[in-house]
Amino acid sequence: MSDIADRVKKIVVEHLGVEEEKVTETASFIDDLGADSLDTVELVMAFEEEFGIEIPDDAAETIQTFGDAVKFIQQATA
Amino acid sequence: MFDLTGKNALVTGASGGIGAAVATALHAAGAAVTLSGTREAPLQELAARLGSRAHVVTANLGDAAAVEALPKQAAAAMGSVDILVNNAGITRDNLFMRMSDEEWAQVLEVNLTSSFRLARGVLRGMMKARWGRIVSITSVVGQTGNPGQGNYAAAKAGLVGMSKSLAYEVASRGITVNCVAPGFIETAMTDALNDEQKSRILGQIPAGRMGRPEEIAAAVLYLSSTEAAYVTGATLHVNGGMAMV
Repeated sequence: MSDIADRVKKIVVEHLGVEEEKVTETASFIDDLGADSLDTVELVMAFEEEFGIEIPDDAAETIQTFGDAVKFIQQATA
Repeated sequence: MFDLTGKNALVTGASGGIGAAVATALHAAGAAVTLSGTREAPLQELAARLGSRAHVVTANLGDAAAVEALPKQAAAAMGSVDILVNNAGITRDNLFMRMSDEEWAQVLEVNLTSSFRLARGVLRGMMKARWGRIVSITSVVGQTGNPGQGNYAAAKAGLVGMSKSLAYEVASRGITVNCVAPGFIETAMTDALNDEQKSRILGQIPAGRMGRPEEIAAAVLYLSSTEAAYVTGATLHVNGGMAMV
């Protein structure tokens, strides 16, 4: 696990109030972690701030799982 | 009651009668205020009268770029925007058959679209703070209609639908979204009416008089308060009984 993954996981755990073990590579924010649509918007906002990046709306829609988020942020910060 | 100490409010149309009264009431309750409007001189005068905790940012709400920038400018001046009061409004009255596309579009742009853009612009900070108040000044004519004001009534009714939809989305984040619907209030906008129009209107108001801007400001102050946390998606009618809806 990279540093990015750890930071993303921390945000997800804090924001959604889920246990760390549940935040797996394929865990879907909405289906597995109990996020509603507004939670996903807030997660994206939190990622933007944590990593100093802009995540456009069309890209945000492709971020469905924890793994998607980590991959997107790794590419955006590379 | 209604202590807004530490809260920061952005009030559009603050050079007008209702806007100035709203800004004054929020400021008196302890809030910092950013006064926005198109005319700088009256805004500066009001800011000087209020003293500390008052900032001026001029903006033409018909200009999309200026509207996008306004929440950021207000947050830069005050530190955040916790309370947004969408008060700015214009009229371009005309009989429906004679109304031009431009008259329609201008009124919708300033009265409705700018409120959408401003609300969108302040939401991020409010969501993070888990506290926010958005109050839009609509009008009794949004509910009742008014001849010659097809554009204005449409925009004002639009604010109500917009506010209710947004209220659903953000209620769980401690953000409330409400409207205040004034009836006929003594302002420059109603000064433009002739005596015959005025007496006809007064005949329809059970209270027998026009309202004062301070009476609208009091409603906005309530909806901006922590005490009103459980009121959202509502329209508070302040009209002397002329339309009991």
